[in-house]
Amino acid sequence: MDTLDVRGLSCPLPVLKTKKALDKGSQELQITGNSKVSQENVSKFAVSQGFKVNLINESPGEWTMIINK
Amino acid sequence: MDKGKIFMVVTGLIIGGLAVLLVAQGNPGNMGFCIACFLRDTAGALGFHRAAAVQYVRPELIGLVIGAFGAAFAAGEFKSRGGSSTLVRFLLGVFMMIGALVFLGCPLRDILRMGGGDLNAVVGLAGFIVGILWGIFFLKRGFNLGAAKAEPTSAGGYVYVGATLLLLVLLLAGISFNPAGGGPLFFSTVAPGSLRAPLWIALGAGVVVGILAQRARLCLSGGFRDFFLIRETGLLLAYGGIFLAVLVLNLYLGKFNLGFAGQPVAHTNHIFNFLGLFLVGQCAVLLGGCPLRQMILGSEGDMDAAVTVVGMMAGAAIAHNFMLASSGKGSTSFGEIALIAGIVIVSIIGWAYREVDA
Repeated sequence: MDTLDVRGLSCPLPVLKTKKALDKGSQELQITGNSKVSQENVSKFAVSQGFKVNLINESPGEWTMIINK
Repeated sequence: MDKGKIFMVVTGLIIGGLAVLLVAQGNPGNMGFCIACFLRDTAGALGFHRAAAVQYVRPELIGLVIGAFGAAFAAGEFKSRGGSSTLVRFLLGVFMMIGALVFLGCPLRDILRMGGGDLNAVVGLAGFIVGILWGIFFLKRGFNLGAAKAEPTSAGGYVYVGATLLLLVLLLAGISFNPAGGGPLFFSTVAPGSLRAPLWIALGAGVVVGILAQRARLCLSGGFRDFFLIRETGLLLAYGGIFLAVLVLNLYLGKFNLGFAGQPVAHTNHIFNFLGLFLVGQCAVLLGGCPLRQMILGSEGDMDAAVTVVGMMAGAAIAHNFMLASSGKGSTSFGEIALIAGIVIVSIIGWAYREVDA
């Protein structure tokens, strides 16, 4: 499984980096971030691309999700 | 339409309605809200520039910060963070303001101007969109100002909110630090700085817009950027709502005036209306948000965004002290040179800040 760290990045880099990873053929991706907005945007994008979103950690300062088909 | 999209449209309709209300209550034409103009007025009130016609501590902005802070705090989203190429962000804020003051408005005011029938704003919007595409060119090549770090304590995030509250205290107290010199605080006695809605109405409208903009993540550059990059339309729907509300209310109130000439606080130099908002779009994409979004992010504890806002205030002071800002008569030669230099410099920043591995 590929991993991606988008903590602290400005919009739209979390989504853009997710898109790049998927474009490279990633089928399962673990993404870690720390802003609510990036969590919403990455989830929305993943769902729009036909991926399932599985939030495995959501603490006040950080979230981790696994997206796969 | 799903709930999220309905929320975006309703948010837009409310903000558009408040913008028209503020003009009806005394704000300058098509300027119910304008982040660039209001930051410029506020910089003037503090004496950072001495353009007598544009000096006033705009309560709308204070309300915006209070509303966005409250909404972020209530949602557990207030978080102190910073340290992502702060000086570069300051500089981008300066240029974003110079672009806005050559055009005469931020992206939000561009939509309000269009809703009032000002066709110069359509030219501006075209420039804004092309500027966003130019910014995306750099994003796609790996542009990244670096990750912001969470602060060990939340203290730093309160500085921006605290400074805003201090402005409110100064405004309410009406203190003049140098009465013989006329201020600061300086308050315009001629238009457009003298045109203002009553303080409490302006402040209240600002609070409502701040709450809504924080919850909706409102950002016009983000709207176009997300549409071009990932075909996401939520933010554009909100701005569609703003435009619709402003258009309908202006038509109803007889304030709709279609044309290029004779528009309030606007000029008809098409090239520099286009390029002004081009520079704003370019800067906004590199910064991760338009002027409104920077105000909201700052209120959520994002100290880089707060520095960008300070950069915009410095940009306003530079624009008026060095005669870069346009007026109703048109753009200035200095402003035109600064604008083109800005596009070049911001493009160099866009190229220089590419990630090596991207």
